[in-house]
Amino acid sequence: MKRLESTLPNMFIVLTLIALISAAALAGTYSVTKPILDEQARQRQIDAVTSVVPEPFDNAPTDEAITVEGFKNVEIYPARQGDVTVGTAVRSYSNDGYGGPVTIMVGFSANGEITGTAVLSHTETPGLGAKMTDRAFQDQFNGMNVVGGLAVAKDGGDVDAITAATITSRAFCDAINRAWAAVEAAPAVEPAGEQL
Amino acid sequence: MSDISLKKEFLKGFIRENPVFVLLLGMCPTLGVTSSAINGLGMGLATTAVLIGSNVVVALVKDLIPDKVRIPAFIVIIASFVTIIDLVMAAYVPALHAQLGLFIPLIVVNCIILGRAEAFASKNRVLASVVDGLGMGLGFAFALTLLGSVREILGAGAIFGAPLPFLAENPILIFIMPPGAFIALGFLIAVVNSLRERAEQAALQRAARQHEVTVKAGSGA
Amino acid sequence: MEYLIIIISAVLVNNIVLSQFLGICPFLGVSGRLSTAVGMGMAVIFVMTMATIATHLIQNLILVPLGLTFLQTVAFILVIASLVQLVEIVLKKVSPALYQALGVFLPLITTNCAILGVAILVVGREYTMAQGVVFAIGSSVGFLLALYIFAGIREKMALLDIPKGMRGAPISLVTAGLLALAFGGFAGLV
Repeated sequence: MKRLESTLPNMFIVLTLIALISAAALAGTYSVTKPILDEQARQRQIDAVTSVVPEPFDNAPTDEAITVEGFKNVEIYPARQGDVTVGTAVRSYSNDGYGGPVTIMVGFSANGEITGTAVLSHTETPGLGAKMTDRAFQDQFNGMNVVGGLAVAKDGGDVDAITAATITSRAFCDAINRAWAAVEAAPAVEPAGEQL
Repeated sequence: MSDISLKKEFLKGFIRENPVFVLLLGMCPTLGVTSSAINGLGMGLATTAVLIGSNVVVALVKDLIPDKVRIPAFIVIIASFVTIIDLVMAAYVPALHAQLGLFIPLIVVNCIILGRAEAFASKNRVLASVVDGLGMGLGFAFALTLLGSVREILGAGAIFGAPLPFLAENPILIFIMPPGAFIALGFLIAVVNSLRERAEQAALQRAARQHEVTVKAGSGA
Repeated sequence: MEYLIIIISAVLVNNIVLSQFLGICPFLGVSGRLSTAVGMGMAVIFVMTMATIATHLIQNLILVPLGLTFLQTVAFILVIASLVQLVEIVLKKVSPALYQALGVFLPLITTNCAILGVAILVVGREYTMAQGVVFAIGSSVGFLLALYIFAGIREKMALLDIPKGMRGAPISLVTAGLLALAFGGFAGLV
């Protein structure tokens, strides 16, 4: 079968047809996969909150996300059991990572004590900054009081930086400090209510 | 007869015209996602899927596409398959999808795919195009998995995630970082070049001996 | 200040070729001589900046408001391909001299993964238009820088006696690796 001639109408019709068929195929695939992707994203958020708030909660913290004026990209998720806020998870970030922005989830108790940390995304160097995802680095933060700001030992603080990855460690502290600043600035957010 | 040439088409993509080691195409993903064997394999298979899909569609509609608009048409077809693979991977293999990241949409500018569409699928029948896509794609996957394995073994002391004795405690970190990618690939290609050189020499000697035999047979008649 | 950080990061710390692995094919293919390297580099700076502006607009004015973000790959690559065609046509009419100088590189740029890669990175990091343009210029200047240095090295290497198996791509790749190692020293600047 001889190939279709390159006349203007032919070219236009063929390209339009191809575009329409492609768009339809993609829209179809998207509609099938979208619910799965949305659910995955939701589950990841909930898992992240669970990993930093040790107390059991029965609400969906990510559905009650609070954002604070002046803190773009920071979200506060209150975790509640019944009417009592049992913990506050905050999704925060730092742009000072070695390889780019670092996103973390950190959990706080009422008086500024850290209840847990988790790294959500990063582009740090494997073997160096990427070690920030190891429990060995993150566990030191549990129980630390963040009021007044966290800093690595080099900067006069109490945080043990990762060997040869000071920048990454600093970024981690920066993200936690940002998170706490947001919580303090947020109107009427109790980091954790009274235990009844 | 068509069986033999199909087999030839398949093997061509795998060895003689391996896209990475011989044709030096598709370098970006080759270097970018091979910090581990499984990532290399995943990317290779995703690319193969797109390659086969686009080869099939191009072979099916090649007579309906006016010559002047064939490149934009191919691009739309390829980009659509890439998007489908992207969405499907995000939904069903999210961990791998996150690892491969930016390089999945970049499959659309992988010169191998547009190259095969232009050089083969637009001039051959569907079955041959499928085999061509399979050969080239799996050749690509093979190269990526090999490089990924080398880098993972040397740089992380593991293979497909399983730690190896001694190596796991003494990794040569540079191999999972950018410089290591370049260096490892450079040496791999050097090895392939040496092997090809030797194979060529052997083939030449075989041909020379064959020639001697026929000459002797001719003159002895 | 923030823009300065974006530029330094894009040119040196996270160099687009040596650290992000984008634009390798032209990097290896066009770096044989300094003059061709410069030509390609300039072409890339121009196209990458234009492409980033165009794709940023398309993403934020069309794809996002209409919920069509799944069409991103198709839309972006078509925009880039059309842009390159347009640039070729305009350049031919407006400045034949420049067209002659850049001409042969322009069609190659469509499949330069650096262009599409940077466009996707800009919308992925949710940069504003201004930040995106700065990032595009920085990345493409980084491309030119890496290409230029590499071409300089390769010109010298052409005079050396290299072991047979390493000739061509292998020694180029190892050299690029050493260059990447050198650039790694910029880490911590920002």
